[in-house]
Amino acid sequence: MFIEITDIQKQYLDKDNNPLNVLTDINLKVEKGEFVSILGPSGCGKSTLLSIVAGLTKATSGEIVVNNQKITKPGKDRGMVFQQAALFPWLNVMENVTFPLKKEMSKKQAEDQAKKYLQMVQLSNYLHHYPHELSGGMQQRVAIARALAMNPDTLLMDEPFGALDEQTRTRLHGQLETIWTETKKTILFVTHSISESIKLSDRIIVMGTKPGTILQDIQVDLPRPREQYKKEMLEIEEHIMGYLKKEIDKVVSEELANASNT
Amino acid sequence: MHPTLKRIIFFTSIIAFWEIGSRLELWLPIILPSPTMVLDALVTGFEDKTLIYDLVASFKRLGVGLALSLLIGSALGVLLAKSKTADETIGTVILALQAVPSIVWLPLAIMWFGMNETSVIFVVVLGGTFVMTLNMRSGIKNVHPLYIKAAQTMGSRGWDLFVRVIFPASIPHVVTGARLAWAFCWRALMAGELLSTGPGLGYTLRFASDFGNMALVIGVMIIIGIIGYIVDQLIFQRVEKTVLKRWGLES
Repeated sequence: MFIEITDIQKQYLDKDNNPLNVLTDINLKVEKGEFVSILGPSGCGKSTLLSIVAGLTKATSGEIVVNNQKITKPGKDRGMVFQQAALFPWLNVMENVTFPLKKEMSKKQAEDQAKKYLQMVQLSNYLHHYPHELSGGMQQRVAIARALAMNPDTLLMDEPFGALDEQTRTRLHGQLETIWTETKKTILFVTHSISESIKLSDRIIVMGTKPGTILQDIQVDLPRPREQYKKEMLEIEEHIMGYLKKEIDKVVSEELANASNT
Repeated sequence: MHPTLKRIIFFTSIIAFWEIGSRLELWLPIILPSPTMVLDALVTGFEDKTLIYDLVASFKRLGVGLALSLLIGSALGVLLAKSKTADETIGTVILALQAVPSIVWLPLAIMWFGMNETSVIFVVVLGGTFVMTLNMRSGIKNVHPLYIKAAQTMGSRGWDLFVRVIFPASIPHVVTGARLAWAFCWRALMAGELLSTGPGLGYTLRFASDFGNMALVIGVMIIIGIIGYIVDQLIFQRVEKTVLKRWGLES
């Protein structure tokens, strides 16, 4: 298996120093080249899980092995795309994309590599623009090109399209699908949108809250592109909604209880 | 009405009132000399080159003092941001020192270095250092965690992370710090020159005052004001604006 997540637990201490379980007993195996969505309501720890895989957050216990290597810190083998583009505002598009390449290749090679991926996200005409001159969708495409430019085996995406408008999101879904088919990266894609996960992924990991656990592992076997299978997609959506409804109700009733206490 | 036009009308009326008042002898020239007398004093000063020597001397001290205060201030700021112990000890002292106008160090400086160039520069350095330190410190402490996370996933850490991400991300604070440091240094320099030796704008101001040449006193004050305005508005404010825009902090 390419990614093996074994018995991951994550606890935080709350302000009264009581341990708070964010993730319990997370076990997940992902094959090379698979597109896996991690789906769940807010607060289920899905972003924390991705951050642990990235090596940015330490798990309380358990281990993650990617490509036969135990994860202890961030590395270039795992490119990450965040909900905000996280581009460096003092660098232009080209300099942002070549940022991770500076040490390992010449300037010329780095720029050629960057151009290749900027072309893939259709931003070849914006090499010398600065982030503040680009729209949110364009910024996110630069961030994707930047992650791809290091040529990582794994792409970790934390609600990358969550802050974009509906039309931009739909367009970027198409682009991401093309990129994935062309590059055959293994993708872990965190989202709270059921339809987004069905549209894009081979497998959907449905997570529940309090504590965060894996509820279901659903294979999506529809051929791509999936626009023509509206009916089948709707069926899967209803199926997943069945699991999530309980979870969302749980979150809502807890919030209501908290609200009435204060 | 255009703001420039408003300003022209405003200044013309003040100068006209001032000139007419002087000619009608509403006040004595020793209390307030007329604009033409001030202009004369300035022309003489520039013709016999004393004011030019003063400007060169003052700017040399300011250049050295400001450069040193920016260097020392940045280094201290980085130290305070990176070391909690340094922040809790040196940081407290710097906050206290920042509240002390640097000119009060002059008597000590004269004892240490003598009545010379070094004493004035010392006061100028003290004037700018602490405000730079505090701005550098908050610049580094306020770097968006997302930038650091993103850089880490791209294999950057340690010194590389500092040079390529943390420092550039704190540039807006650095620019503000430098602008304030310049203003503090400029004030400290004038006070230092006023109380110590020449040549220099401050020294000439006191010299003129000792000889009752109020026209030159006002002339030098005007030069000081104009230089302060030009550097602040035309240099620092523009740089600040460009940086804020580039860094996405202002639309």
